[in-house]
Amino acid sequence: MNGRGRLLFWTIVLSVGMPFVPLLLWSFSERWFFPALWPQDFGLRAWGYVFTTAGSQILGGLTTSCLLALTTAAISLLVGIPAGRALGLYNFPGKRLVALVLIMPIIVPPLAVAMGLHLWFIRLGLAETFAGVVLIHLTFCVPYAIFVLWGVFSDYNPEIEEQARTLGASAGRVVWSVMLPMILPGVTVAALFSFLLSWSQYLSTLIIGGGKLLTLPILLFALMDSGDRPVAAAVSLVFVVPAFVALVASARSIGRRGLQGVR
Amino acid sequence: MLHPGTSSTPAVRPTGRTTTAGTLCLLLGPALAVVLVLFAGGLVLGMLQAGGYVPGRGLSSLTVEHVGNVLLDSELLRSFGLTFYISATSTLIACLVSVLLAMALVRLAGRSRTIYFLLQLPLTVPHLVIAISVLLLLSPSGLIARLGVTVGLIDGASSFPLLVNDPLGIGILAVYVWKEIPFITFMLLAVLKNMGTELLEAGATLKATRRQRFFHITLPIIAPALGASGLIVFAFTFGAFEVPYLLGRTHPLLLPVWAYRNYSDIDLLSRPEGIAIGLLITVIIIVSIVLSHLLLGFARKRGITV
Repeated sequence: MNGRGRLLFWTIVLSVGMPFVPLLLWSFSERWFFPALWPQDFGLRAWGYVFTTAGSQILGGLTTSCLLALTTAAISLLVGIPAGRALGLYNFPGKRLVALVLIMPIIVPPLAVAMGLHLWFIRLGLAETFAGVVLIHLTFCVPYAIFVLWGVFSDYNPEIEEQARTLGASAGRVVWSVMLPMILPGVTVAALFSFLLSWSQYLSTLIIGGGKLLTLPILLFALMDSGDRPVAAAVSLVFVVPAFVALVASARSIGRRGLQGVR
Repeated sequence: MLHPGTSSTPAVRPTGRTTTAGTLCLLLGPALAVVLVLFAGGLVLGMLQAGGYVPGRGLSSLTVEHVGNVLLDSELLRSFGLTFYISATSTLIACLVSVLLAMALVRLAGRSRTIYFLLQLPLTVPHLVIAISVLLLLSPSGLIARLGVTVGLIDGASSFPLLVNDPLGIGILAVYVWKEIPFITFMLLAVLKNMGTELLEAGATLKATRRQRFFHITLPIIAPALGASGLIVFAFTFGAFEVPYLLGRTHPLLLPVWAYRNYSDIDLLSRPEGIAIGLLITVIIIVSIVLSHLLLGFARKRGITV
């Protein structure tokens, strides 16, 4: 890299890293009065609180959020792969309309949908339940998965499946041993999209979960209201780590395409 | 509106491949069920509730009272104006920076995986976390104000300009711009990498200036991706709740915050009004999608290649 490349590199490092500076400093501060630039005392009180005093609650939030995001991502793939295949591979009458209907929820915010469904979810016994929140997350995760997989199947050549069939492979075997390995990078991206969307969702979880389903964002909001800055900073960092891990873990499979298109 | 398949591998075009209606139903059925029942169903149920529908009393119980209350509220215009200003400004800034960043990356960073990895990090960070960080950075007792006092630029917290919960929504804009630049940049990078350098070289041979090459070659090529990602960002920021809730002022409220305030009010009578505001947000976003689509088509017909 030449001089200007290095300048670009450090600008990006600084801009990306900037928001984490106050979070790290606050989470390790014991006393930090205004206007000191540096905490007067460093300590592990906030982290101790997160992992011991409120440990079960934070850990519970972490587990709930993870389970919720994993379930949502898995169902999004199950529903999204066939739909993406239909849109990417085949021409059929009304395709534009079907595509529009399926993709629309990416752009339209979930706010009104969650409010509209809430009353009926109460009647059906789905409000304040895990299943209910999964359902509301699916309304925007499934369209995103379809969008990604549509692109994947536009580049996919199904003739190789016919060859496998001629060689005597069963339909299930073709899906498992031929199709899935070929579309794996796209599937990983779609799974990651859905995971991240569900993971960072606040309002729709609050409306449908009614504050009973304590995911990390719900806990974090409550902490912000209580005004304990070091603890809120520490929990913010806990909130970031699993998504980082998901990114690093999938980096290999995603390859050079990266997370293009994730929101 | 949205065109997938912008990945860098050469596409095998599905020219006219067809299949049986049964297979299509099987493939598309579950997805359509999710979107039509949950998403569209949710909107329809929302409309009924905004209309004050009482189950058991039939459609005769519908009234325009709640929607009317919202539309005639003197706060609506100010609330809409502020929401539109925040979304439009953050989208514009993010688009502008992303175009410059994407071009700089193609020219300078080449194959540096580190840079691309770094740029992917913001995509995984929830808006809520960045909102909290911006609060710790920009508030009157935040890190920037402390820095200002330390180097002697300001006397104390009171002489620091209001950057969160402020009338201009600086804090909200900061969060959105930080979050959305990588999103738009990656969308543009996919197109720029596919474009290669041949066209630009041809332009240079024909003595086109850098400015001309940008406006007549690069910009027309990235325009669809830029437009689509800009629209996604605009729609998202228009309907997002967490960031303005934490960093916005209590008056006037941004539309999503106002909607939720009403919806969660102890007075159950405000609930239909909350849903009506939520639906209004939905309508505004759908209208802006249609409008930008029409504008784009109109521009194409007139021969403007943007």
